[in-house]
Amino acid sequence: MATLEADFTLPLRAFALELELELSRTVALVGPSGAGKTSALRVVAGLAKPRRGRVALDGEAWLDTAFRLSLPPDRRRVGLVFQDYALFPHLSVRANVAFGARGRDVDGLLERFRIGHLATAHPLELSGGERQRVALARALARDPGVLLLDEPLAALDAHTKTEVRHELSELLRELALPTLLVTHDYEDAAALADHVGVLVEGKLRQLGTPAELVARPRDAFVASFTGANLLRGRARRERALTAIRLESGDDLYSADEAEGEVGVVVYPWEVSVARTHEPDADSALNVIRGQVGSIVEVANRVRVRVGPLTAEVTAASAARLELANGGVAYATFKATGTRLVPL
Amino acid sequence: MFAAATVALGFLLFPIVAIFARVSPADLVAQLSRPVVTDALLVSLKTSAIAQAFVLLLGTPTAYLLATRRFRGRSLAVVLVELPLVLPPAVAGIGLIAAFGRFGLLGDTLNAFGIQLGLTQAAVVIAVAYVSSPLYIRQAIATFESVDSNLVAASRTLGAGPARTFFRVVLPLSRRGLAAGEALAFARGLGEFGATIMFAGSLQGVTQTLPLAIYQEFNTNFTTALAMSALLVVVSGALLVALRLALQWQPSKPTSRFLFAPSR
Repeated sequence: MATLEADFTLPLRAFALELELELSRTVALVGPSGAGKTSALRVVAGLAKPRRGRVALDGEAWLDTAFRLSLPPDRRRVGLVFQDYALFPHLSVRANVAFGARGRDVDGLLERFRIGHLATAHPLELSGGERQRVALARALARDPGVLLLDEPLAALDAHTKTEVRHELSELLRELALPTLLVTHDYEDAAALADHVGVLVEGKLRQLGTPAELVARPRDAFVASFTGANLLRGRARRERALTAIRLESGDDLYSADEAEGEVGVVVYPWEVSVARTHEPDADSALNVIRGQVGSIVEVANRVRVRVGPLTAEVTAASAARLELANGGVAYATFKATGTRLVPL
Repeated sequence: MFAAATVALGFLLFPIVAIFARVSPADLVAQLSRPVVTDALLVSLKTSAIAQAFVLLLGTPTAYLLATRRFRGRSLAVVLVELPLVLPPAVAGIGLIAAFGRFGLLGDTLNAFGIQLGLTQAAVVIAVAYVSSPLYIRQAIATFESVDSNLVAASRTLGAGPARTFFRVVLPLSRRGLAAGEALAFARGLGEFGATIMFAGSLQGVTQTLPLAIYQEFNTNFTTALAMSALLVVVSGALLVALRLALQWQPSKPTSRFLFAPSR
């Protein structure tokens, strides 16, 4: 299995992008816009020149500032799929895919990506999903050793996105290439990648499997970025638990140990929602009473806002609860369902 | 407002109408077969063709360099490219003489190689190229700058080197902008008068282009001068229409929308 090493410092306008990665499968960099995600891809592809660093595929260096080595993009075996796909508007779909193919089987690729019937069409006549397939086919026609995907799902509408995400995930598994993808959407990253790195202002805050990031977010930013609720409060030890006094005056309990100002992290699927609350009949220590805010359906689940918390419940229980916007509900979660992180 | 517009448009159009109104079209066409006219036409076409070939061959890479590279002195270079545009033609003529003339800065060097530029067709070519190339280069810079840099980057990551990227991506996407710039440069070169008459002189059949022939004939044979003027009006008009078409024509697939800055 091929391995891509990337270790570099690239000065950007407001900060420096510093990255040290080694990947043989799919790694996703997630972060807010302006975190330097696209620049990371540009360095690997040879489109941006870092001040210091080394990029190598299976020990073959593409960039090594110590030896003043920097191969031009056309001599690095990368397949880069741009955020807006950057298809050549003056060329047909077939000519786009054939651009870097050098005698490889273009028609086979067109068939594989189900764009054979579009061979003579021009890029601007295509839908977003079709454009993405053309861009992927074009990048793979070059026989890359590394795949780089810049916001592969951002240009798609919500309806197409779920389907394309599934297809892309299958494709990446099948290709088994070292793949670096960047996205601002944690859910996309978790669905597509084996490892996810959270990038903030050019620095990697945390790198781990999606499960690790959720189980042990290193800080408040990583927690909220991975979709957790984040409540701020002051922690003090109380017997075997930690009690946290929130700004609202409510007390919460956590099994994690901490003292002082902390963030209480609780994921939406740890939160239960009820219309009434009987303290003695509930094993959950933490109760927050609040007004029901937005109610959003996501696939077969429903996200309900209760006071400061977002809870995720099944569509069936949402229907049973007859939740209504503006009504009062109780959000409960266990002390073991919380994590405390530094703010 | 309408009155002002009527006066202005009338003022601009009236001299052109007058060229065609004085003599019947048949007489104008008959004048075109006179040797002074055919000689001037040949000189004009030949020198323009050679000059424009140089403009395209040297101007295109120059414009691409200025459009895509960021280096010290770049903005100065862009200003210098445009300087001949605003220079009075007489100044351009003097400059060319002072540079390439027999007693000019390069005169001795050229002499040493047995090259005498004064009063030759080469001098006409130099004068025409000098005054017309800035128009082309300026438009070419703007056109190259408007090519989406991601498309260039995509081409490079697909294994194409700089040259292949230029010919397969940049040039096809810049075609229409470059054609428009070249049409402007060609029209300007065809009408070149001041620098040519100073640097190359006005020898019939050698350096006498159409504008120079018009100037020579208008004292002695006004009808011939009118006929040549009419010819230049037609050619210039055709160039203008071609230019408009090049800039406005939308292919059935509206690819240009994303590639060119909105027309000014």
